[in-house]
Amino acid sequence: MRPLPLRTGAIEMAIFVNADTKVIVQGLTGGQGRYHGLRNQAYGTQIVGGVTPGKAGQDVEGIPIFDSVADAVAATGATASFVAVPPKFAAAAILEAAAAGIAFVVCITEGIPAQDEAKVYNTLVRDYPGTRLLGPNCPGIISPGKCNIGITAGEIAQLPTASGPNVGIVSRSGTLTYQALYELKQKGIGVSTCVGIGGDPVPGTNFIDCLAEFQADPETHAIIMIGEIGGSAEEEAAEYIAAHVTKPMSAYIAGVTAPAGKKMGHAGAIVSGGKGTAQGKMDALAAAGVRVGLNPTEAGELMAQIIAEMA
Amino acid sequence: MDLFEYQGKQYFARYDIPVSPGDVALTVEDAVAIAERIGYPVVVKAQVQVGGRGKAGGIKLADTIDEARTHATNILGMDIKGHLVERIWIEKASDIDEEYYASFTLDRAAKQHLLMLSAQGGVEIEAVAEADPDAIVKLHINPVDGLDLTTARQAAVDAKIPERALDGTADILVKLYRCFTEGDCDLAEINPLILKPTGEVHALDAKVTLDSNAEYRHPEWAEYSLTEVLDDREQLAKSKGLQYIGLEGSVGIIANGAGLAMSTLDVVNQVGGTAANFLDIGGGANADVMAAALDVINHDQSVKSIFINIFGGITRGEEVAKGIVEALGRVDLRAPIVIRLDGTNAEEGRRILAEAGIPESTLTSKPTMLEAAHAAVAIANGSN
Repeated sequence: MRPLPLRTGAIEMAIFVNADTKVIVQGLTGGQGRYHGLRNQAYGTQIVGGVTPGKAGQDVEGIPIFDSVADAVAATGATASFVAVPPKFAAAAILEAAAAGIAFVVCITEGIPAQDEAKVYNTLVRDYPGTRLLGPNCPGIISPGKCNIGITAGEIAQLPTASGPNVGIVSRSGTLTYQALYELKQKGIGVSTCVGIGGDPVPGTNFIDCLAEFQADPETHAIIMIGEIGGSAEEEAAEYIAAHVTKPMSAYIAGVTAPAGKKMGHAGAIVSGGKGTAQGKMDALAAAGVRVGLNPTEAGELMAQIIAEMA
Repeated sequence: MDLFEYQGKQYFARYDIPVSPGDVALTVEDAVAIAERIGYPVVVKAQVQVGGRGKAGGIKLADTIDEARTHATNILGMDIKGHLVERIWIEKASDIDEEYYASFTLDRAAKQHLLMLSAQGGVEIEAVAEADPDAIVKLHINPVDGLDLTTARQAAVDAKIPERALDGTADILVKLYRCFTEGDCDLAEINPLILKPTGEVHALDAKVTLDSNAEYRHPEWAEYSLTEVLDDREQLAKSKGLQYIGLEGSVGIIANGAGLAMSTLDVVNQVGGTAANFLDIGGGANADVMAAALDVINHDQSVKSIFINIFGGITRGEEVAKGIVEALGRVDLRAPIVIRLDGTNAEEGRRILAEAGIPESTLTSKPTMLEAAHAAVAIANGSN
């Protein structure tokens, strides 16, 4: 395992996860779980176990497998879980993690029925308030140099610097998250944490949750937000920004040209009944003081301007 | 996936929601036979997934066999706002005392289910919301709790549905909620929900949108995909397992990831072009996927240039490049490609493309999304 550049005695800048986060992978023995779990481990993430019912005692490249999340938690002290199981098992896997006391669950699974998502979300709110779900259908979270849970390619994330300024990223879209990381890397701007909240209708963690954390995180100095058409999450975030976020922000909203009534790949990305248009979202964010770019590159350039102004 | 009215009614019937007896017909002869079987008067209704059927002459009452034949003949083959009528639904005509509205959807902002109920049905609910917002009762339902009869009845009371229709309405609401949840609907709507002179309440129309993510647990949905309304390009893309939406423009789009694909459409538009489609090839851009994507785009006669926009995260640049080279060997393209390849191993990918000996009239590589968009739009607009 490659040593983490910022592990001990280093600055602790990150939201939701840090270098000490111990992670189990639900579905580590499956194709997706194995591929991404091992990549996360190679990045330096503490992957301490895997869960696959009926496979206790086995291992994946030396990572022990347990029958249940409860067993894995008891043996490893894990506080985070990476759920990489097929859609039909995802709801149960998330709830199992919550019941076992896992505080942070990252679910990358795409294609979970909306009814399951709504039920899982409301069950977590009611019965497991100590558990935060990120996703489903999201790229995950990366705190460069410390922890990477999910499918983000770690090498495109610029390490944060102790002196800053560093940028937090929150995004609803996978590839545009990578694009944002890449834009910042090209410009040599450090990233504190990058959170992909996912494009599904009922995300466990929303923009506002992440904005609140970034606002409170002393090592995050500015924030990039990437939204897309559909729903009203960006408009709600704009209201929150106007009232609570003092850190400078840039943003981009995908789907200006998307026709109404057509789902653009993500289950959540649809303009319906004249609501959820990109223009409405851009206007709301601009009114809240966010610098809004017309494409991802422009949002990156606007962030570079913000950083330059801070110097 | 949107269902036709007749499919929606058949779906409702699975959950014991009362609907008028009826059947679907593809021919005039079948329509007449159904009308004879049901008994007059019958209503002949065009099956199209667009509003305003009635105004367009797509819904007619028939009191006799001759009228049934005339209406069926006129309505089959009719064009309603660009939708060709291929099927008609013939059902027993209902006497109507009152018309209500009921629907269940997911309220994404509240992250709970939403019941909308109104005593003013039979018109667009948006129009009611505009004119008299208080006439619509909006009730959030926690998916963990579900909806019980008492709560449903109270909602009907709050919506000012008259006493004699309360029990029937509450009963249908509970059944419709079950259809919405267990039946994995994104939308389950009845408009109008009618009260008959006899005191019975029943669904006179059905609007159902199914959540395609739940297809794996609904084998009964298989028949619906046979009647799904897709254009030829969408049909081909679906058969190849691609996320494709046909649009009207001239720049064919291939991108990896829904967000990047949407963003590509935006950038093409910003530099003065129009996208011919939305196509997300997802994470694994291997030769098979790329060949399938190029094949679909190639079938679109209006495509004048093809913009491939790939950002390598997990997808590696050299694999994308190899995929494109291999795909070019399999597909004979009608329009030139402009590619922007960035991210993981992009340099290696660009090198592979450069060394493959592909003529510039077939493929040009640009370093950024914006430059690639300019180049693709210039070709499509014939200004290069």
